[in-house]
Amino acid sequence: MSEPILTLNNLYTDIAQYHILQGVDLQVPRGQVTMLLGRNGVGKTTTLKTIMGQWTAKSGVILYNGQDMTQMPVSARARAGVGFVPEDMGIFRDLTVEENMILGCTSGPLDPKRKDWLLGAFPALGTFWHSEAGNLSGGQKQMLSIARAMAEERQLYLIDEPTKGLAPAIVSTMAQALRELKAQGASILLVEQNFSVAKALGDTAAVMDDGRVIWNGDMAELATNSDLQERLMGLSMEAH
Amino acid sequence: MTAAPDHKPTFAALSLSERLDKALPVLLVPLLVVLGFLAIGTPSSWMTLTVSGLAMGMMIFIMASGLTLVFGLMDVINFGHGAFVSVGAFVGVSVLIALGDWTGTASLLLNMSAVFLAVVAAMMVTGIMGWGFERIIVKPVYGAHLKQILVTVGGLIVVEQLIHVVWGPDEIYITRPETLKGAITFAGAAMEKYRLLAVAIGLVLFIAMRMVLRRTKIGLIVRAGVENGPMVEALGYRLRMVFIGVFVAGSALAGLGGVMWGLYQEVITAGMGEKMMVLVFIVAIIGGLGSVEGAFIGALLVGLMQNYVAFLEPKLALVSNIALMTAILMWRPQGMLPVVKAK
Repeated sequence: MSEPILTLNNLYTDIAQYHILQGVDLQVPRGQVTMLLGRNGVGKTTTLKTIMGQWTAKSGVILYNGQDMTQMPVSARARAGVGFVPEDMGIFRDLTVEENMILGCTSGPLDPKRKDWLLGAFPALGTFWHSEAGNLSGGQKQMLSIARAMAEERQLYLIDEPTKGLAPAIVSTMAQALRELKAQGASILLVEQNFSVAKALGDTAAVMDDGRVIWNGDMAELATNSDLQERLMGLSMEAH
Repeated sequence: MTAAPDHKPTFAALSLSERLDKALPVLLVPLLVVLGFLAIGTPSSWMTLTVSGLAMGMMIFIMASGLTLVFGLMDVINFGHGAFVSVGAFVGVSVLIALGDWTGTASLLLNMSAVFLAVVAAMMVTGIMGWGFERIIVKPVYGAHLKQILVTVGGLIVVEQLIHVVWGPDEIYITRPETLKGAITFAGAAMEKYRLLAVAIGLVLFIAMRMVLRRTKIGLIVRAGVENGPMVEALGYRLRMVFIGVFVAGSALAGLGGVMWGLYQEVITAGMGEKMMVLVFIVAIIGGLGSVEGAFIGALLVGLMQNYVAFLEPKLALVSNIALMTAILMWRPQGMLPVVKAK
C-alpha cells in the first residue's frame, strides 16, 4: 500500500481548559474513505478542526503527503488540497448558491465540466443557482456545503456529519456523490453517525473514545462484529 | 440505497411582511423626504434642505463605509478612523492652497484638476497611514474589544497632535475653487453647486462599491468574510490580507471624506475627524455593522434628518440623530440591514 495521505501522530488539542484530544494516532489511506466513529463528545469534530488548523495542536504532528503541516495557517492547508465541510456547513447565507460555489474555487473560475458533474449529483443546487443560500432547506445547504468543497479538485476531504438530520432520499444522494468523489481518486475522512451510510461508504474505520483512537481497522470487520461495536462504542450500531 | 425521488423542490412563498422586511429600510429615505416636505411646506426651502441633507449624508457614508467593513470583517472597532478624516482634510487642503492659482481662476478644468490632485494626495497619504495604523496599532489587539477601543483612541490622539505639529495649532480656512462657489437656482430653490457635486461623488462611489462587492471575486470574499471569516480561510483565502486591503481602502475613503467635508465646511481643524466620528458611528450602527448598503441608507437618513430638523426646530437638531438612532434600534436592535453572523 502506498504512503497514507494523512498521518496524525500523538495529537493533543486543548480547547480553553479542556483537554479534548489526548494523543490521537490515525492514518488516512490514499484513495479510500475512512470513517471516524465514536460517541458524542469524544473528539471527532475537534480532530477534523485540528487537521484543518482551526484549532491548533498543542503537541503532536500532522503529516500531509509526508509533509509536516502542524503549524501551517488554515488557508495554506486548504490551498495544499484539503477540503473541509464543517458540522455547521459554513454556508454564506447572504451569497447566492452560485457565489458560494465560486468561492469554492481558489485557483480560478469554476470548471464547467465539474459544475455539470456537481449539478448532476445535486440537482437542487441548479434549481436554486441564483437564490440566496440562506433560503435553502437544511438538506440543500448540506449539499451546497459538500459541493462547494468539491468545486475544485482537492486531494483530501474532511467531512463532518454530512447526513445529520437529513431525509433518507437526500442521504442516498449524498452517499452517491461521495462514492463518485472517491472514484476520482480523492481520499475522504468522514465523521458519520448514520451506521448504514458508514457501512456503505467506509473502507477503513477508526473509533475514538476519550480523545484517542481506540480501534483502527477495516470497516467491513467492524460492521459485521457486533461484539466489537458493543465494546468500542458501548452499543450495537445495528440497533440504530 | 435507492436514488432520490424526482421532485422539484420549492421555496415556501414569502408573506408580504417578510418580503417588505428587507425593503422597509430602503423606503425610509423617501418616506423621510416626504415627511420633510409636509413639515416644511415651502417647496423651495424643502428642495434646498433635501440637497444639502443628501450631500451631508453622502459624505458621512464615504467616511463610514470603511469603518463598517473593518468591523464586519475582523470584528475590529476602530475609534481611530476619525484620524484619517482629519489627515485627509489637511493634506487635501494643503494641496489646494499650494495650487491657489488653479483654484482662483474660474476655469472648470483647472479647478477640477486641483480638487482631483488634492483628493489623490489625501487618499494616498491616508491609505498608507491606514496600512501603518493596522500593522502597528490594530494588529496586536485582534479579538480584544476593550483594548481596541483604548489603543485606537490613543492612536487618534497621537495623530491629532501630530497634525498640530505639522500644520500648527490653528484652524485653516479654505475657500472653494471658483467654479464650485455659489448656487444653482432651480424652480426657485437655491442649491449649492458643491453640494450637488458631493451628491454625485457619493452616488458614484456607492454604486462602484456595490459593483465591487457583488460582481468581483474579491468582493465575494469580503462579503463572505463578514459573515463567516473562519470558513473563508478554510476554503483557502488569506483573510488577513483581504482585511488589510479593506482597512487601507477604508482609510483612503475616510481621507476622501475629509477633503470633501473640509471643502463643505470651508474650515478644517485637527479635531474635525473626531467630531465626525459620532455621526459615522451612528450611521454604521443603525445601518447594521458590516453592511455597506445599511451604512448608505443610514447616512442619508442622518443627513436629511439633521438638515430638516435644524430648519424646523434648531434647538432639536442636536438630539435629532440620537433620537433617530434610538428609534431605529428599538425597531431593529441589530440595525436596519443586519449582517447575519455565522457563529
